[in-house]
Formats: sequence, structure tokens, C-alpha cells
Amino acid sequence: MLEVLTNAPLNTVQDMGRPTAVPYGVSCGGAMDRDALMLGNILVGNDPGAAGIEIAFFPFRVRFRKNCVFAVTGAPAQVTLDGAHLPPCWSMMAQAGQTLIIEVPKKGMRSYLTLAGGVDVPIVLGGRSTDIKAGFGGFKGRGLQKGDVLPCAKVRLPPIPPNGLGLSFRPPMPGKEVPELHLLPAAEYDAFTEQAHACLVNQPWRITTHANRVGFRLEGETPLTTRQPLSLLSHGVMPGTVQVPPAGQPIIQMADANTCGGYPKIGVIIEPDLSFLSQMAPGAHVKFRVIDHAQALARIRTHRQHMRTLAQQVATAKTCIITQ
Amino acid sequence: MRISCAGADAFLLDMSEGAFQDAIQKRIWSLARILPEQPGIKMVIPGANNLLVTFDDENHEAHDIRRMLHMLWAEASADEIAPRELVVPVTYGGAGGEDLPYVAGVTGLSESEVVALHTGAMYRVAMIGYSPGFGYLTGVPPQLAIPRRDTPRLAVEPKSVCLGGGFTCVTPSRAPSGWHILGKAHCPDLFDATAADPCMLRAGDIVRFVSA
Repeated sequence: MLEVLTNAPLNTVQDMGRPTAVPYGVSCGGAMDRDALMLGNILVGNDPGAAGIEIAFFPFRVRFRKNCVFAVTGAPAQVTLDGAHLPPCWSMMAQAGQTLIIEVPKKGMRSYLTLAGGVDVPIVLGGRSTDIKAGFGGFKGRGLQKGDVLPCAKVRLPPIPPNGLGLSFRPPMPGKEVPELHLLPAAEYDAFTEQAHACLVNQPWRITTHANRVGFRLEGETPLTTRQPLSLLSHGVMPGTVQVPPAGQPIIQMADANTCGGYPKIGVIIEPDLSFLSQMAPGAHVKFRVIDHAQALARIRTHRQHMRTLAQQVATAKTCIITQ
Repeated sequence: MRISCAGADAFLLDMSEGAFQDAIQKRIWSLARILPEQPGIKMVIPGANNLLVTFDDENHEAHDIRRMLHMLWAEASADEIAPRELVVPVTYGGAGGEDLPYVAGVTGLSESEVVALHTGAMYRVAMIGYSPGFGYLTGVPPQLAIPRRDTPRLAVEPKSVCLGGGFTCVTPSRAPSGWHILGKAHCPDLFDATAADPCMLRAGDIVRFVSA
């Protein structure tokens, strides 16, 4: 049980979303930085997709009402448990009554708080994530408020050394350099002009202030144009899809994207890059690199294997703690 | 059918041939019914004369899935779904139907002629999408098939009856929309996340509007 001490409408309970409800017109949803939520769950011994708290509004303060193993991952912030500092990507045992404070991160936009057993809110349409737009799921279908008490599933608490346990691996966070997002060409890629193909990969794209859980609107010096105007019927859209409305400035669909739309699609960003993008702030720039399906699959599979290895390492470390 | 990449583990199947066709959509419903039972298929989202499919890219190769999709589409016959029939009373015009005069102006009809055309037609739910429980209804009389607004409204109230791009709808929730608002529907909520069957509308259903 966890008591929220700050009003934080943008801080929500998230898991891996509800992909099976998309045919009902329900957004896929779930954590924006899925890697960070997964790492947090790995650290506290949960299934990778258990529900945690996505924190996008800082500082965030909670009080533990019971002894609880927790982890903080994602954007590296100053984290204190009753005043004691915790390293990034760290899990720890909190005693009942202790207060956790997560300050504004120095890099990145979203931190994740995970708890052994996971946040135990009801499963709605196959997921525990909060759909803020539609107002259901998560904790009462809304962002967290001061005084909310979040239920936590009862589990045998995983073994943790007195000072906690962390990962030496730090997920990459946006810095000064302009990152390249790997893009698979989508249905209308060939309908764009040669100049558009060149601009897509050669010019930097600024993330505008219209960047939220639904989508990131980008702005570039030269807009992307199609050879002729396209009129498409509505089609299903997945997070990561880069749509280009008639004005020629791309929109990247994020976790809470609408399930269908009719704008031309120039490409789709691969999932590991989407987690990285979700940590970028308005005003920052990105570039695109077009890759083929084989390259995309290779990157995704390497990434998944890496996450599995980390999970195994943490699990092995915990076995050693028991046997000592 | 054109198949394109919609992600490392997703294909978009585009069967459209210009304007929306009911006959194509019926074959799509048939394919959408068969696909989830096929090995490796994770999710199927019917669109307007198209279909998005996601698959398990850990255990299946994209080219195998692609081949299977071509084969199943070639075999797909029109699905006759036993439709449910819904009658929705609507208050046309006034505060809840602010675009009725505009639609009348653009189509060169009187407001009562627009209402007569809209209530006289039989509509079918082509697909559910965009927002929870939002059904795209086909069967709009050609005189009423007008383009969407140049600038979408930031919010349209729930249960607004709208027209846009050859489709009509009843909006399930407050949401942005570029469609023209004809009136206000008097019907139960179109979406309930906690219900076993969360959407009031289902692809294939028949909807008729009557003037309240």
C-alpha cells in the first residue's frame, strides 16, 4: 500500500497497455518508456509487464504504508527514501512509514516507480494502465491525487541486500547530441517526393510543445510533400507510426494514439527507439534513419535478448542473496 | 490487395479501390474472423476497406505471414453477419445540431430535406475505431456525402450525430472532430469499459435514425 502525497494529474498507473482492446477503438496505451517499466519490474522480481507508476510530473512524493520492495527507473532523478539518496535504476526495501521523494530529473522526462507484486488495480479490457483520454483503467481512470492509496498485490518480498540492489547498466537517456530514430518505410513512403525522402533523413526535426502521451508533433524547415494529394480511407494505426498531415510536418503516434486515422504514413519507428523518444523534451531535435525490415528485426531481437539477460542476471543475484 | 509494412511485426492490408465499398468490407469482416485463429497472428484491426494485422515476430517470419495473408484473402468470401438492428432517436438541429444549416447550405437542400434523407437511409457499422466504441456508419445518401471541416473542432459532445467524408456516426465520448454535427442522439452509452461486450455497436450492425 502506497499513499500519494502530491497532486500529480500526469502521473498514472501504467503497464504494457491493452493491445487486445484496440479493435474496440481503445488506445493501446501503457508505459511510454516500456524499457524503463520493464527494468523496474525486473529489479523488484515482477513479470516485466506488471503495473507501476509512470511519473511525468515532479517532484513526486509517496509514503509506504507497509514494508515494500520498490525500484525507481527511467529518467534519472534525485531519489531519496527518508532523506537517504538512492542511485538510479535501483531497488530497495522500504519500511512502513518511510517517504520516497523523486525530484525533477536532470535528463529525460519520465521516471517509473515499481513495487514487488505490482500496483494492484483492477484489470479492465485486458490491462491495468490508465486511459486518461477515455477515463478508465489505472487508479479510477485518472492521474494520481494527494491522498490516493494505491493497493499493492501481496507477494513474498524478494530478497534485497540492506543497501538495495541495482543495475550497472544504464538505459540510454537523451543528451546534447541529436539522436537517430530508426524508421521502417510504411505504406505511403513511396508516395512522397525524392526531396521529402532526402529531408526526412537529412534535416533535424524539432519536437514541438505538442508532445504528449497521444503523439509527438515535429517541425522541420522543409515540410514533407507527396507527389500528389492523397485521400486515404481510415486505417489502423500503431504507436510509432509517423503520419504526415497535408501541412507536411510529421506526427509520431505514441502510446495513447487513436486506433485509426487517415493521414499518409511515411514510416514506423521501431519499439526500442520509441522508449528513448518518450524521454525527449519539447524543443529537442531528432533525426531519422531509414532501415529495412531485416535490420529492424535484428535491432529489436538484440534489444529483447539484452533485456532477458538483465532479468536473468538480477534473478541470479537474488538467488545468491538467499543462499548466503 | 496491397500489403505494406506497419511496423516490424505488423502489416497493413489495403483492399480499397477508390471510394468505400460495402462488398469489400464484408470480405474483410470474414478475414478478420478467420485470422485470429491462425498461428502467429496477434491482433486484427479492421479499417475502412483495409485491415491491420500484428504477428508474433519472435517465432514467425514476416514472409511466411505475408504469404498466408495473401492466401486467406484470396479465399475470403463475403461474410453475412447476422446484424443487430438499432433505432436511434435524434433531435436534429438546434444547439445539439449546430451544423444542420451549414449542411443544408452546402448540399443545396432545405434543413428538413437533410433530416428526411438522413432518417430515410439504412446504415451499417463498417468498423469500430478512432475512440472507444466509435462506429463508422456507411450508407450515407450520396447527396449528404460532403467533405469534413477544414479545421476540426477541439471537442464535440458525446452522442452527437455527425456526418463526415461519406460516413455518419454517433460520437461515444467528448473528442475532437472534423465532422459536421447534425443533431443529438437519445440512446444508451455507446461504450462501457467494464461490460463483457464493451461496444454498443458491432461491425455489421444496422442502424436507423428517427427524428425525436
